[in-house]
Amino acid sequence: MTSATTSPADLAGEMRLPRRSAPLKPLFDGAEWDFALINRVYDAMGDIALGEMGLDIYPNQIEVITAEQMLDAYSSIGMPLMYRHWSFGKRFAYDEAAYRKGHRSLAFEIVINSNPCINYIMEENSMTMQALVVAHAAYGHNHFFKNNNQFQQHTQADHIIDYLSFAKTFVADCEDRFGQEAVELTLDAAHALMNQGVSRNMKIRARDPAKREFQREMARRDYEEQTYDVLNRTLPQINRGEPISPASAAQLGSSAAEQRKLGLPEENLLYFLEKNAPKLADWQRELLRIVRSLSQYFYPQRQTKLMNEGCATFVHYEIMNRLYERGQLTDGSMLEFLHSHSSVVFQPSFNDRRYSGMNPYALGFAMMRDIQRICIEPTDEDRAWFPAFAGNNDPFGTLREAWANYRDESFVLQYLSPKVMRDFHLFALRDEAKDPAVRITAIHDEQGYRDVRRRLSRSYDVATQDPDLQITDADLSGSRRLVVTHTVRNGIVLDKGECERTLQHLARLWGYRVRLIEVDGESGRVLKEHEVLPMP
Amino acid sequence: MQIVDRRLNPKSKSLGNRQRFLRRAKAEIREAVKDAIKSRKVSEIDGGEKVTIRSKNLREPSFGLGRGIGNRDFVLPGNEQYKVGDAIPKPPNGGGGGKGREGSADGEGQDEFSFVLSRDEFLDLFFDDLKLPNLVKVKLKDLKVSKPARAGFSADGSPARLNHVRTMRNSLGRRIALRRPTEAEIKALEDELAAAEGRSPLDEAVVAELARQLEHKRRMRKTIAFIDPLDLRYNRFERVPKPTTQAVMFCLMDASASMTESLKDLAKRFFMLLHLFLTRHYREVHIVFIRHTSTAATVDEETFFRGTETGGTVISSALDEMLRVVKQSYSPADWNIYAAQASDGDNFHDDMPRCMQLLSKEILPVCQYFAYIETAHGERYSDTLETQVWSGYSELEDTASANFAMRRVTSPEDIFPVFRDLFSASGMAAA
Repeated sequence: MTSATTSPADLAGEMRLPRRSAPLKPLFDGAEWDFALINRVYDAMGDIALGEMGLDIYPNQIEVITAEQMLDAYSSIGMPLMYRHWSFGKRFAYDEAAYRKGHRSLAFEIVINSNPCINYIMEENSMTMQALVVAHAAYGHNHFFKNNNQFQQHTQADHIIDYLSFAKTFVADCEDRFGQEAVELTLDAAHALMNQGVSRNMKIRARDPAKREFQREMARRDYEEQTYDVLNRTLPQINRGEPISPASAAQLGSSAAEQRKLGLPEENLLYFLEKNAPKLADWQRELLRIVRSLSQYFYPQRQTKLMNEGCATFVHYEIMNRLYERGQLTDGSMLEFLHSHSSVVFQPSFNDRRYSGMNPYALGFAMMRDIQRICIEPTDEDRAWFPAFAGNNDPFGTLREAWANYRDESFVLQYLSPKVMRDFHLFALRDEAKDPAVRITAIHDEQGYRDVRRRLSRSYDVATQDPDLQITDADLSGSRRLVVTHTVRNGIVLDKGECERTLQHLARLWGYRVRLIEVDGESGRVLKEHEVLPMP
Repeated sequence: MQIVDRRLNPKSKSLGNRQRFLRRAKAEIREAVKDAIKSRKVSEIDGGEKVTIRSKNLREPSFGLGRGIGNRDFVLPGNEQYKVGDAIPKPPNGGGGGKGREGSADGEGQDEFSFVLSRDEFLDLFFDDLKLPNLVKVKLKDLKVSKPARAGFSADGSPARLNHVRTMRNSLGRRIALRRPTEAEIKALEDELAAAEGRSPLDEAVVAELARQLEHKRRMRKTIAFIDPLDLRYNRFERVPKPTTQAVMFCLMDASASMTESLKDLAKRFFMLLHLFLTRHYREVHIVFIRHTSTAATVDEETFFRGTETGGTVISSALDEMLRVVKQSYSPADWNIYAAQASDGDNFHDDMPRCMQLLSKEILPVCQYFAYIETAHGERYSDTLETQVWSGYSELEDTASANFAMRRVTSPEDIFPVFRDLFSASGMAAA
């Protein structure tokens, strides 16, 4: 959670201190904090979050860190452990420069989807901020991680830390054995294809991957050692792909049968390369696998940014307000909290200099508060739009259901109400390449609600943000050429320079010629072709 | 719930990543450091630096959708006036209505990248260029040049530092205060007891009393140690930051047009290195810049490196100027005087004898060290042609004192050998 640089006045109009239902018996007063106090506050919040709101969380582990350690954590994509790579150093240098210059403030907290759930909090925070952060991360994000089906399907919270630790040692080990440069070449290439390293429809097996990897690796080494032969070493290297007899090679070609055998078309480029690239050594395949697993791990986070932050923001708002009502927060703390909260959920207009896209905190929080309102005091409009839950008087149950079963795209499509669209003054635009102007296609009015909602929902679909790339042909017996097809939507082809540099990486992994065809999704016309050879 | 305090964990977890990153962009960073050296003052060499690099090696490409092409739908917040069908003209550069893309570390396509090099990293690169020996690098990078100095006494320390006088004084005082019986007292008592026992008639009471006293004293002597750990005193030493002395460094340079920008750049590194060395050894280092053509003047650093003048070349004018400044402000009794001269080797032939005279009779005797570099383009002195100044100074080097060094320099790595004696003899070993 970072706070936008805004004045609290932006939302102050609608913020009013709630009424207290119990005499003031504050948990803390002032900015100072210690471990025992955080523990007490955590327990008090547990009453509300687990008892009243019915949240279901992984056990928490709260770790106190310094600003410098926070920067460290940034550079390793927020993970407590990470293998070494120069790009993380670049990130660190960049973040550090921005932080030192004061361009950017640090996040108050980082939370990791693991079991137990690891929450980093900063030592500089005041006690009120620590309380906010604990409510936000240790209850809000934690509940979302544990219950959202995207996370349940694609990630294994129990094993991620072990897996990272395996990855780190494995990469370090490879660096020792094969040299930093060689490892870097493979990792660079794998990173370039990271977004194409996700299997969108795969369910992962619930076994301990770190242990499994470790055993696989050990088994492979044992095999190498057992079969090591000084004489064999002098023979020319044979690729261990598939030994193909000339006869079968002739009849195979790149037939449908072979394609089926390779599982083509394949959307997960890294997976395909790991399994089928002819020239890769085993350790290189393992590196691809590591990068692919990380990509898979982060995939749900990309799909649920809005919901995840919305859920956490809603939970912290609810908890802090309930604490206040129970007389456990002082007025001063409450005002400090409201200040931070309102700058976090601030949404600048599109023509504002501060605008940098939809603020997921703002929209997510507004939608969830709205669902709460619809459950408790629906208007006629709400009854018409949301007959399923309007007035059911069970806001937390309704929200838990939404948190568990939706991702950003479907959540917006299902739950965005006319009221929120009006509040945000949402409007839809269409930008056509040949048109010199951008056209307004729908606004927040009776005719436009559904249109605006549908288009906003589309923009949250990760599949529309990433290009649709698939491996469609791989000729393993003949020219060994790999063919990747980009299905172009709306005439948006790939960025040329980036595409060619990335293809170079792809070709390095594949080891032979790679061709990329951009085909228009509707007409099937070939729009562009790129072809690269691996550089020696 | 469990709270873990990670604040004390080892810092800079990402150091390994940073080293990999710096190695990756080494060529570009080196260029950036070179530029930085050009713009830095001689006295400012010792610090970090923000560098901006463009590097192909730092690109992280990925498949991304092209911009400004095709058809897109998007939704924005904050509509105030628009109705369906309204048209907003696109900005000329084709950016899609407000979808500003911020440059970020992971954003694609941005090549320019700035970050801060730490002092150590900066000096490393500076030294790399100069090909300094490792020991010298370490010494120059060490911020704390210090030497031990006596600083009173302490109650603990290593046995080698035991201060016997203090320890014994404490011991004596304690023994007196606690009334520890001396050998003599006991001896006297023993004698008295023997006498009493030998006397007849035997006075039992006296003997018993004396025996009791003797026993008591003996016990006292046993229980009260001669030297108690309490008495021990050790000499204490403190690392005193630097010799509290001062030095002045004269930079002499030929400012005639034959000194090109790149020659001056070489000279600048030469001056920087000397300055770095001096700041390690003296608390206060002054720099005097003297440039000369046929006349010499004391100037500020900017003019020293930037300006060129036309005119002949008379080196003795600079030496005269240096002597004048020394007489005026830097008495050799109070200041350590160092001089560094850079020139391309031209001088009026008639001037050489006077230069030699000045150097050997007046300047070298008051200087700690006088270093001369002759900067030349590579091709210029591949032959055996000797310049005026070189042949003149060569005699000095042969005859004169250990505090004179000269060197021809075509690239930064040639600079260090000029200082080799300085760094090994007077300075680094002793420091």
